[in-house]
Amino acid sequence: MAKELIRLEDCVVRFDDEVILDSVNLKINDGEFLTLLGPSGCGKTTTLRIIGGFLEPTSGNVYFDGVRINHIPSHKRKINTIFQRYALFPHLNVFDNIAFGLRVAKVKEDEIDERVAEMLKLVSLRGFEERKITALSGGQQQRVAIARALINKPKVLLLDEPLGALDMRLRKDMQNELKRIQKQLGITFIYVTHDQEEALAMSDTVVVMDKGVIQQIGTPQDVYNEPKNAFVADFIGESNILDGVMLSDKLVLMFGRKFKCVDKGFAANEPVDVVIRPEDVDIVPADSRHLCGTVTGVTFKGLHYDIIVDFYGFKWLIQTTDYHEVGSYIGIDIHPEEIHIMKKSAYSGMFGDYSSYSEEYDEINDPSIVYGEDPGEEEYYES
Amino acid sequence: MRVRGLASPYLAWMSIFIILPLCAVVYYAFTDSVTGEFTLRNIVSIGNYWPILIKSIWLALVSSLICLILGYPVALAIARAKQSRQRFLILLVMLPMSMSFLLRTIAWVSLLEDTGIINNILGKFGISPLPLIRNNGAVVLGMVYNYLPYMILPVYTVLSHIDPSLIEAAKDLGCNRTQVFLKVILPLSVSGIISGVSMVFVPAVSTFYISKKLGGSGTTMIGDVIESQFKTAYNPNLGAAISLVLMVMVFICIGLMERFSGSEEREALM
Repeated sequence: MAKELIRLEDCVVRFDDEVILDSVNLKINDGEFLTLLGPSGCGKTTTLRIIGGFLEPTSGNVYFDGVRINHIPSHKRKINTIFQRYALFPHLNVFDNIAFGLRVAKVKEDEIDERVAEMLKLVSLRGFEERKITALSGGQQQRVAIARALINKPKVLLLDEPLGALDMRLRKDMQNELKRIQKQLGITFIYVTHDQEEALAMSDTVVVMDKGVIQQIGTPQDVYNEPKNAFVADFIGESNILDGVMLSDKLVLMFGRKFKCVDKGFAANEPVDVVIRPEDVDIVPADSRHLCGTVTGVTFKGLHYDIIVDFYGFKWLIQTTDYHEVGSYIGIDIHPEEIHIMKKSAYSGMFGDYSSYSEEYDEINDPSIVYGEDPGEEEYYES
Repeated sequence: MRVRGLASPYLAWMSIFIILPLCAVVYYAFTDSVTGEFTLRNIVSIGNYWPILIKSIWLALVSSLICLILGYPVALAIARAKQSRQRFLILLVMLPMSMSFLLRTIAWVSLLEDTGIINNILGKFGISPLPLIRNNGAVVLGMVYNYLPYMILPVYTVLSHIDPSLIEAAKDLGCNRTQVFLKVILPLSVSGIISGVSMVFVPAVSTFYISKKLGGSGTTMIGDVIESQFKTAYNPNLGAAISLVLMVMVFICIGLMERFSGSEEREALM
């Protein structure tokens, strides 16, 4: 078992009457890659700021290595941060930026030279020592920020949407690179992002947050395959979320049809939310043995088609490699393991219906909508 | 490029009321007051006024420095205040500027005079009048009082544009409050300091009213000399020559300050 390094206990953050963070409990193990995932204003950055020492929780406790650190200012914590827009010092060159922490700690200059060189090698920026920060590309600035944080040999590295400002291609490269660095150095990474794909690809543990509350903590596989509620199911990947009634263990009623599933432990006739991932639906010829519906929309996505199928007025998103014309009448088949049952929650009925598919999908696919900007949370700088 | 045309009224204004008079100053500086012939005599005779010129520069520098020491913390405090309060505080800083410069200086006279308000109050406690006026201190006081806002405003502007995440980054990398200030805030505000110092130094070095009202015979400044050449000594050619030399020296001072850190700073902030 890995050793626990950081623990948040009942952390609440309130500004005036607004609750930003509501009773957050979180354990982070030594050497773990943990991601705080959620939409703007969900409290993920606030959580990170508590750990970094930039914000003291209104109530609750923060422990580091078993010691309560609520009142310990950030400059005395063995934690370093990579800020959203890197926050590199514009008056210093690459070398001096990276050496900043060591100079503050009064490390000898020849040791600084050595360690900066080592860091530049780690982030593949050798030969950039004398460059001005303003003469670097976004990706290079990102690397300088990583080097500047890691040179202090922190026990924990906090990363606040570090890849938000990079283009798609560079993002993918940097994801791999960050993962490599984390493995190589074996330190704890706490990573904040709104990008679920990034979270799933990089993390050991994903913490899904919304409205200041942790919705689910689990491995990437857990949160994808076993979402706890409609919010998690919708936020992580695409989901069709349907109303169902649990008839008995391993049997659920939807659209007046009985489906076999693998979940149990619900009360008899308990209303539930049923999650079906678009890629888990098999299309079969329409017949009375299967649930049938009409295709109302087709979008070619490269690897597959996204088709929208109308079942008695409720529209599903299905991903298939075969083309199905708009207007064609098809049947579907779902394996029992692919049907995931969730208890009803405050989020029930809010997500997972693709009736308004086009608008929602446009928003998801619109690169001009920047989710990284988080004005709701940025106002809370410590004064 | 059309926009350029919109600036033409100002260009015309500038040519008529700034460039032309400057040409006149240069013309007078190099001509004889009686014959109107070309001469270097005016420039040469400035030598008599060197001590006054040096003293003016010295007093203006001292005033600039005091303004910096007083103004910087104020600018920093305002820049750190809540956004909504910052506007109000800046308004307070600018409030004295809404009153006449002459009036403000005369007010100091009635405060500092031997029979003025301060000495009157001291007299009530049996303290004999202090020499508060007609000395260098009073002149510097007048300059600092009048020009302090010109220091605070540019420094505040630069400080308020420093990204708060830079300060957090410095803390994150181990800086305590003093180190954050010395290693990040101060170096990033150099351009504000330079413009603040220039904006105090330039009017202070050429002032004549403050030294006339608050200074004595020993605190004549170069501005007073220029004024007297035009108004009492009737030697506008010498006055023009001194003005010209003063202008050149001010340009050199500003140029030096810019050279030292301004250019680099500006580049870095782009």
